[in-house]
Amino acid sequence: MKVRLTVNGQDRSDDVEPRLLLVHYLRQHLGLRAANVGCDTTSCGACTVLLNGKSVKSCTVLTVQASGQEVTTAEGLAPEGDLHPVQRAFRAEHGLQCGFCTPGMVMAATGLLAENPHPTEEEVRAGLEGNFCRCTGYHNIVRAVLTAAGTMSTGATTSTESAQ
Amino acid sequence: MIPAPFEYAAAESAGHALELLAEYGDDAKLLAGGHSLLPMMKLRLAVPSVLIDIGGVNELAYIRTDGDDLVIGATTRHADVAGSERVRSGAPLLAYSAAQVGDPQIRHRGTIGGSLAHADPAADLPMALTALGGSVELMSPSGTRTVPAGDFFTGYFETSLEPGELLSAVRVPRQPGADWGYQKFVRRANDWAIVGAAAVAGRVALANMGPTPIRARAVEQALADGAGPAEAAELAADGTEPGEDIHADRAFRQHLSRVLTRRALEHQRG
Repeated sequence: MKVRLTVNGQDRSDDVEPRLLLVHYLRQHLGLRAANVGCDTTSCGACTVLLNGKSVKSCTVLTVQASGQEVTTAEGLAPEGDLHPVQRAFRAEHGLQCGFCTPGMVMAATGLLAENPHPTEEEVRAGLEGNFCRCTGYHNIVRAVLTAAGTMSTGATTSTESAQ
Repeated sequence: MIPAPFEYAAAESAGHALELLAEYGDDAKLLAGGHSLLPMMKLRLAVPSVLIDIGGVNELAYIRTDGDDLVIGATTRHADVAGSERVRSGAPLLAYSAAQVGDPQIRHRGTIGGSLAHADPAADLPMALTALGGSVELMSPSGTRTVPAGDFFTGYFETSLEPGELLSAVRVPRQPGADWGYQKFVRRANDWAIVGAAAVAGRVALANMGPTPIRARAVEQALADGAGPAEAAELAADGTEPGEDIHADRAFRQHLSRVLTRRALEHQRG
């Protein structure tokens, strides 16, 4: 079945099986492997991407459902070599341990800050309730999101620092 | 986990969805947000041969006021119900219940119509619709019928939707300022209720205390007769026969129903 969608700003056109899950399309067809398959049951959030700017779990979206829409993965948050303020804050605050949940956390946090640019700590925790960190590194993750909210509201840009 | 193969058809309008339903018959399932159906298909608990996608049908996504009612289109997402000022002021219990469904990602995809048609007795919205005295609009080629919540939920994951019908809208009475309360007992964040209780304007509904959401009629009667919350809530389990599972046996569910009903009544907000 024909699908046309925009992934990280690039138009994509493919012929896919209707049952192909979006996370498998991203990982296997496009080679975008930031979104992880964790629980595969809409619980853990490791596969979180943005669909038209809103966080969704790509293990529970069919690729055909995303046809005609815009998908953003962690690879598409900032230009090659740069980091998005949320990514930079996760690095600065050590908001990760093993790293498996990180792309999903970053995307959920990015979606959260788009809806609520100035969340309280409680709102960050509630906003990330769909993402599990089995290293239980939640304190630094929450700190990273609050830090990102601070830098984003002061107008810091993504192009002033480069990724190492 | 990957669903079994199926054919996919995107409906362009509600009428087109009905045509597709008529064409494919019992082999077809309607897909809206897919957050009940796709997990079941991945587990192969559901193996439809055709999915008719109504997720992109804009005419089914709206929130309107119609006289004394609030009318919400079936494919309106939980996040949109939860965030709607119109719902928050007219039916705050419904907005709050929508905000309790799953997590933010799930609420961005799941729809009010999908959750109600799925008819999980442990889910948030069937209980809320029952407490609110709401109804659903069921569209078919011969017209639209309105079915009250009490007649819509007929059994465990079963409704009075007929083959060829589409749940097109949800209707709840507007009760601005009415007292309401909502409680659910879960072992894990984001989970379905082991038992839930919702109260609004003297009506009380329970989740997961039977094969469908149920009214706690003895509690309602006691409240109408002037009983206080604690006294009325003692009657919450009267006549119930909740199921037993790994989470709770019957006696514990009945205990929870009394405690949660009392809390829902005591912590009412208007």
